[in-house]
Amino acid sequence: MDAFSTHTGIGVPLRRSNVDTDQIIPAVYLKRVTRTGFEDGLFSAWRNDPSFVLNQEPFDRGSVLVAGSDFGTGSSREHAVWALMNYGFRVVISSRFADIFRGNSAKAGLLAAEVAQPDVELLWKLLENQPGTEITVDLTEKTVQAADLTVPFEIDDYTRWRLLEGLDDIGLTLRHEADVTAFEAARPARLPVTT
Amino acid sequence: MARTLAEKVWDLHLVRSGKKGGQSGDEPDLLYIDLHLVHEVTSPQAFDGLRLAGRPVRRPDLTLATEDHNVPTKDVELPISDPVSRTQVETLRRNCAEFGVPLYPMNHAEQGIVHVVGPQLGLTQPGTTVVCGDSHTSTHGAFGAMAFGIGTSEVEHVLATQTLPLRRFKTMSITVNSADGTLRPGVTSKDVVLAIIAQIGTGGGQGYVLEYRGNVIENLSMEARMTICNMSIEAGARAGMIAPDDTTFAYLQGRDRAPKGTQWDEAVAAWRELRSDDDAVFDAEVQIDGDTLTPFVTWGTNPGQGLPLGERVPDPAQIVDENARVSAEKALTYMGLTAGMPLREVAVDTVFVGSCTNGRIEDLRAAADVIKGRTVADGVRMLVVPGSMRVRFQAEDEGLDDVFTAAGAEWRSAGCSMCLGMNPDQLAPGERAASTSNRNFEGRQGKGGRTHLVSPLVAAATAVRGTLSSPEDLL
Repeated sequence: MDAFSTHTGIGVPLRRSNVDTDQIIPAVYLKRVTRTGFEDGLFSAWRNDPSFVLNQEPFDRGSVLVAGSDFGTGSSREHAVWALMNYGFRVVISSRFADIFRGNSAKAGLLAAEVAQPDVELLWKLLENQPGTEITVDLTEKTVQAADLTVPFEIDDYTRWRLLEGLDDIGLTLRHEADVTAFEAARPARLPVTT
Repeated sequence: MARTLAEKVWDLHLVRSGKKGGQSGDEPDLLYIDLHLVHEVTSPQAFDGLRLAGRPVRRPDLTLATEDHNVPTKDVELPISDPVSRTQVETLRRNCAEFGVPLYPMNHAEQGIVHVVGPQLGLTQPGTTVVCGDSHTSTHGAFGAMAFGIGTSEVEHVLATQTLPLRRFKTMSITVNSADGTLRPGVTSKDVVLAIIAQIGTGGGQGYVLEYRGNVIENLSMEARMTICNMSIEAGARAGMIAPDDTTFAYLQGRDRAPKGTQWDEAVAAWRELRSDDDAVFDAEVQIDGDTLTPFVTWGTNPGQGLPLGERVPDPAQIVDENARVSAEKALTYMGLTAGMPLREVAVDTVFVGSCTNGRIEDLRAAADVIKGRTVADGVRMLVVPGSMRVRFQAEDEGLDDVFTAAGAEWRSAGCSMCLGMNPDQLAPGERAASTSNRNFEGRQGKGGRTHLVSPLVAAATAVRGTLSSPEDLL
């Protein structure tokens, strides 16, 4: 995973709450066996609508999505994170993320920045009044800055550290392999096996 | 210290407590995983990751794969016609062979939806941890297991290490009581969970493990309990649990992978400890009055947008919260519904009975009971898709397939099918379905398709009348 410290890019206002994973990428687009190429499925139903924000200049070149609350609800498909990243997004801002989506983002290197809803509204207004405004997200300082507006965001310290360092979870866990082996030795024999 | 059920199961699987503080922040705990279920959609990139790093699957004997999301439900003896779906299924077969993971492929007698297969084999047991790259893994919590969906990176992590780094969940109790512990006639556990989600909202359970309790829950069968735990994720919770009891033990006893002999006695003794202590404190508590519950249906595009069937389509103008109002307006436009319309007058094109929510034998029996001797309304197609091959064969032994086909419904083979439309079972744009599945998201069952979530009883009655109905409308 690439390390993440700051990112600057065009902000995209998505004035919708409860953007579920079937909206982010419908199931019919989940059939690839790679981690790439999912951008064609991103928001596919909405992209048929010419007025949809990603069909408009300059938002189509955006890399910071500013969405309504409860972003990423529904399925566990990490393909939702890959679709956003394959399209070019590096950051999603929302006042509340679904648990699995937030976890998947952290694993794949997409920054899910939790910003209070009143600040999300300010960002929306700014981006709509001045399309093309760039947003700078600073993970060290935990701030979101656009024009003369700077607001804080929340992320747990451990995820922040992992993103800043670009660390791989499996590698971190394997440092404790002796603990895993010891735990296995103590598991009751009655527990089921699949083979 | 007094602990909840969820906390007890957590503590039983703690490989290592995360260190607190320091520059890296609070580390997560490292938890051991007892059972890892795998399917074709969320696993290929995980196996690729293992190959790239040269890592084996640590415990193939705690891992089980089935083919469910992509599989067609008719002409199952033929090769899958969609080449992309076929590639995904073939990739799973290759990966399982290479890494030694047991697999139940299409046409195998044990094939089916992962969340139907695990419990029916007796693999899902009280006090275990169960994960799968699928959010409806919460289903297995009905046995008092800690079960939750994970993304593909986590699938790879579990394959490689049989553990997951996790932060403790908060706990929420949801108590459903009624005067005599029963629900009104025609009311099922599906109605209970739809009512719960309507009350707490699609984000209400976020960050929590839900524990369902109360006399209504205690009197439910295992399959009915699975329906409730299945939809915990639709309230935003990763997991839902029910304390194991004699109903749980009776369901498990004698199943293929359940403990036998003295191990059975030892297991039951341990399982009886798996309940929240009387003085355990939950982070949040919700009460539901079971006596007031009636058949419940959704009218909108998220599972929290539901109402009793006897109500009318809501008027967004009456909704005070701006977010909820805008969301309701968008939902009504998408659903093609008018505020004030009685829900009982909403006409459907398709009825789907199946999925990991309601594709088990009791669900099929309930739907068959309603439709027996009646016919599916003109212009309505009804699809009945068993959740597994075992369910299919059992239903056929009981003659349920004949009941459905005599009524004019289609009887299919096992899979996820129209719940998410990854196979050919899809809604056409604008088509409307009453569906026993779990998500009414825009386009979930096919691009432009409109979904009303219902119980198997409501599904069957709706098929007969052609509009959203409960069995009492047929009298």
